[in-house]
Amino acid sequence: MTDTLSHDTTANVHPTLDAPIINRVPPLVVARNLTKYYGSIKAVDGVDVVAYPGEILGIVGESGSGKSTVLRLLNLEEATNGGVYNLQISGLTNTNLFELDRFDKRDVRVHHIGIVYQNPHLGLRMRYSASGNVAERLLITGERTFRTLRSKSNDSLLASEFPLDRVDDPPSVLSGGMQQRVQLAKAIALQPELLLLDEPTTGLDVSIQATVLDTLKRIQRLRTITMILVSHDLGVIRTLADRVMVMRNGRVVEQGLTDQILEDPQDPYTQQLVHAKL
Amino acid sequence: MPLLAVSDYSKIFEIHHLGRQIPVFQHLTFDLMAGQFLLVSGPNGIGKSTLLRCLYRSYLPSGGRAIFDSSYGKIDLARASDIDILTLRNEEIGFVTQFLRPRPRVSALELVAEPLLGSGVDEGEAFEQARDLLLNFGLKEDLWDAYPTTFSGGEQQKVNLARALVAPRRLLLLDEPTASLDISTRESLANRLGELKDQGVAMIGVLHHPEDVEHLIDDTIELSSIAVHANGVVGD
Repeated sequence: MTDTLSHDTTANVHPTLDAPIINRVPPLVVARNLTKYYGSIKAVDGVDVVAYPGEILGIVGESGSGKSTVLRLLNLEEATNGGVYNLQISGLTNTNLFELDRFDKRDVRVHHIGIVYQNPHLGLRMRYSASGNVAERLLITGERTFRTLRSKSNDSLLASEFPLDRVDDPPSVLSGGMQQRVQLAKAIALQPELLLLDEPTTGLDVSIQATVLDTLKRIQRLRTITMILVSHDLGVIRTLADRVMVMRNGRVVEQGLTDQILEDPQDPYTQQLVHAKL
Repeated sequence: MPLLAVSDYSKIFEIHHLGRQIPVFQHLTFDLMAGQFLLVSGPNGIGKSTLLRCLYRSYLPSGGRAIFDSSYGKIDLARASDIDILTLRNEEIGFVTQFLRPRPRVSALELVAEPLLGSGVDEGEAFEQARDLLLNFGLKEDLWDAYPTTFSGGEQQKVNLARALVAPRRLLLLDEPTASLDISTRESLANRLGELKDQGVAMIGVLHHPEDVEHLIDDTIELSSIAVHANGVVGD
């Protein structure tokens, strides 16, 4: 810990913070120096992500800031150009997940990470039934009994507050909000430690958005899943996130407690972003 | 030993698009003991709420220390990590503000029970306590299952007070808690605060009508513009 006595009261408008001293539980997610280039464009340029068990970490930024790319890197679905990624999960603690082969990556993804995309086409088979989409996830673990598959996928759909009288409908005939609930049910079916949410409510009607956010909050409380939520919508971030990182041009410009970032932003860019909110 | 020892505490807002630094308070020093009620007074706009928000860390203080004697040991609220502040907010430090930003589609009762649920109290117990407190603050029973987004200002305020006071805290920051309350609710609030104070809860309050809680006040700090300008680091 740095010596607080030496801290100058007038010169330093942005004091740096101490390391945690109350929370001795190690973070679930520690990613250092995440880097991703697309040609000459640095989409993600040396980003660190630390998320503690059970918290909701928000990542906010404009289109093209690199926030969704960070999420895809954390989901091990894109090759990285550098960085170290650890999950505090037994058997994996000292593994840089980026260095796993693609079968082991898939294994980590299936068992420990769930993801909900803005676009349901990325996460769902639109012509399978809702419960079939969720059951597919369960099949990966080797479960083959129809009854068990059906009941487990219904549990998960129920937790996502999906109406059970519609479990046989394919996502293609469901509303946007319902499709997101199917994605969510699929993502949490195997009880992952980490849930990644990429603009999960963007494009939904405001009233539907509120109920989906509420479902997410309930799931976080009841299942203590760690969530990383990417959104350009400061209202969504305020509703859900405990802490938030602000990204711009592939870098993190500021991070802090959500209310502090929204009410007392320190960085010039964050000040603009917050003041631009309607 | 004080529960909170604030020393040389400062807040300067830096507004980048104006290229200006706006000092609010500087070199503020005071102690607060367990069970003590400290009133922050001073004219409008002098930074009373800013002080509370800095202590709660909705605002980042610019300098100085605020050593809080938590159940985990001493910790400097001015510099504690965000994750530690979140733990303290969940367990030890409460903020009672006049503004409620209720989440849409969450009932009054759920909003009030939430802080208890978050700290692991079981649902039955949490909702029981939430009901008691709403009853105490006089929110009509037929509103308990309704969404506070549709409530009047005074009704929202009751929900907000109940939410802020439902879980046990060692330190409460009261930001104009009585602003839009009717007389009887102000009385129930004062009673509740009195009970908490007797249990050893320390409080720092900014109040439009300090007479509501006059019998609870142990000490007053006066924020004045002189203190600000005496050390003036005004940007332009």
